[in-house]
Amino acid sequence: MSTTTRSRESKLSLTAGQLPRFTWLALLVLAYAVTAGVLAVGSVMSLGAVVVIGSLLFLVAIFALSSAVEGRRKAVDRLFRYVFVGFFLLALAPLVSLVWQVVSKGMERFDLQYFTYSMRNVIGEGGGASHAIAGTLIVTGIATLISVPIGLLTAIFLQEYGGQGRLASSIRFFVDVMTGIPSIVAGLFAYTIFSALFGAGTRNGFSGAIALCILMIPTVVRSTEEMLRLVPNELREASYALGVPKFRTILKVVLPTSIAGIITGAVLAVARIIGETAPLLVTAGLNPSLNTNPFDTQMSTLPVFVYYQYVTPGIPQEPFYDRAWAGALTLILIVMGLNLFGRLLAWRFAPKPGR
Amino acid sequence: MSKRIELQDVDIYYGKFHAVRQVNMTIQPRAVTAFIGSSGCGKSTVLRSLNRMHEVIEGAYVTGQVLLDGVDLYARDVDPVRVRRQVGMVFQRPNPFPTMSIRDNVLAGVRLNNARVSRKESDELVEKSLRGANLWNEVKDRLDRPGSGLSGGQQQRLCIARAIAVSPDVILMDEPCSALDPISTLAIEELIHELKEEYTVVIVTHNMQQAARVSDQTAFFNLKAQGQPGELIEFGDTEKIFHNPEEKATEDYITGRFG
Repeated sequence: MSTTTRSRESKLSLTAGQLPRFTWLALLVLAYAVTAGVLAVGSVMSLGAVVVIGSLLFLVAIFALSSAVEGRRKAVDRLFRYVFVGFFLLALAPLVSLVWQVVSKGMERFDLQYFTYSMRNVIGEGGGASHAIAGTLIVTGIATLISVPIGLLTAIFLQEYGGQGRLASSIRFFVDVMTGIPSIVAGLFAYTIFSALFGAGTRNGFSGAIALCILMIPTVVRSTEEMLRLVPNELREASYALGVPKFRTILKVVLPTSIAGIITGAVLAVARIIGETAPLLVTAGLNPSLNTNPFDTQMSTLPVFVYYQYVTPGIPQEPFYDRAWAGALTLILIVMGLNLFGRLLAWRFAPKPGR
Repeated sequence: MSKRIELQDVDIYYGKFHAVRQVNMTIQPRAVTAFIGSSGCGKSTVLRSLNRMHEVIEGAYVTGQVLLDGVDLYARDVDPVRVRRQVGMVFQRPNPFPTMSIRDNVLAGVRLNNARVSRKESDELVEKSLRGANLWNEVKDRLDRPGSGLSGGQQQRLCIARAIAVSPDVILMDEPCSALDPISTLAIEELIHELKEEYTVVIVTHNMQQAARVSDQTAFFNLKAQGQPGELIEFGDTEKIFHNPEEKATEDYITGRFG
């Protein structure tokens, strides 16, 4: 009798115990402090061990404390929340450390000379990557100019004309296969083609761009197709019902509606290929001097430049390593700039709600 | 302007699926014709066959004849794009183009067809169409704002304005009020009354009071049985269909005994 009344009471009650707001923080600090203390006594202290063991200790402690004060449901809720946050931080750690590494080491040579000098006649200190930056921009630019139209038109065909037909299905299949091509294979393919057409050992910026196209086209096709699929069919029908022909419906209704996503996809595709090293090693090659003609002789690009600075340093080694890190930093900054530019364009073209 | 539509032995298919069987009817000009019937009986399918929107869906086709003032819409040399310029359509859910302003939405039919219109002409067309859709007073101060910022009922009237801006002969409406509140519905119904002065109007509706209120003639569609194609059961003056139907099925449906 008494138990039933109590359970009814607790069911009716809308209040429950609650931990003070920053209990978790206090507990976390405490857990790390305790772990550090114990490990120090055993003299096996290390940062990694403190973080791992301390975090586990914290989870156990907060679960126990919360169970006692707040009840089981809230305790489980807390446990999972902290586990998720923990894994998120874990995933973030390599990224943060990478950015930190690249920025701190890259700043060593991130100076005016770096962006104005090439490696022509430089054997030790000094020199710069202007030739590699120019090469990367030229090679990636050509690859983008070729890939985006091809990818866009292919995606339009697949989504608007092909439907589920045999041709569209097989194109889709091959695009998927192309997405999985290892980048070195793309490089060797371009190298072979150019050797066959223009004589053995032909290596220039354009062949590098072709190799990158092979990697870029499938990503552009896939992302554009997804974006076109998001355009509601109702808009196409509304346009048809006004007596607008199909191609003009695509041009004036479907593309403007999805242009923001298409641009984002294209920028992501550029970001994916701009850091490619392997295919450019075998195609565009290496050139210590500035070469702005993509059809003539080898052309340095940033990834390849970084690679060679690192694997074949001279004596002393330091200037070579510094140049490599500055190259990596430049590459990251270019990709970041492209992303911002893409977002700006996407924001500019996106259909705006608003009253 | 307004034109007569005759359907002769119309059969409609989605691939192998036979959706509607043997429809024969004559839709009068300068009148409102309502299609009623339970879901899935082919009302919308028949409506979409009247401006060749049906075939936008892959594998769909129509046999028989649909005559627009005596011209068969399904004859070999008929261009569906030209048909749709004469037979406009308003959809169930308001679908203004999200990238365009109110003004551009109204002009969409003209602009997208690459007609060159002067600023003055287009201003006149916008005002005339929006007035025609009873929307002018509500939006005349914000013609350059996006059409998607309007309320649902206003968006639907914007879609009607867009449809009448290309000056069609016939306006088809596929449940134009089913996504709207009663006040917007009233506004659209009043508009339909005005539209029939100039256009042939065909409306699909699930709301029987609406059919009774707005239409001059009513067509009742039904399925003989589940899995069978839909059929036109009865077609006649709205007055008669609602008060003295000939078919038992029509009476059952109208009095709410099924469907």
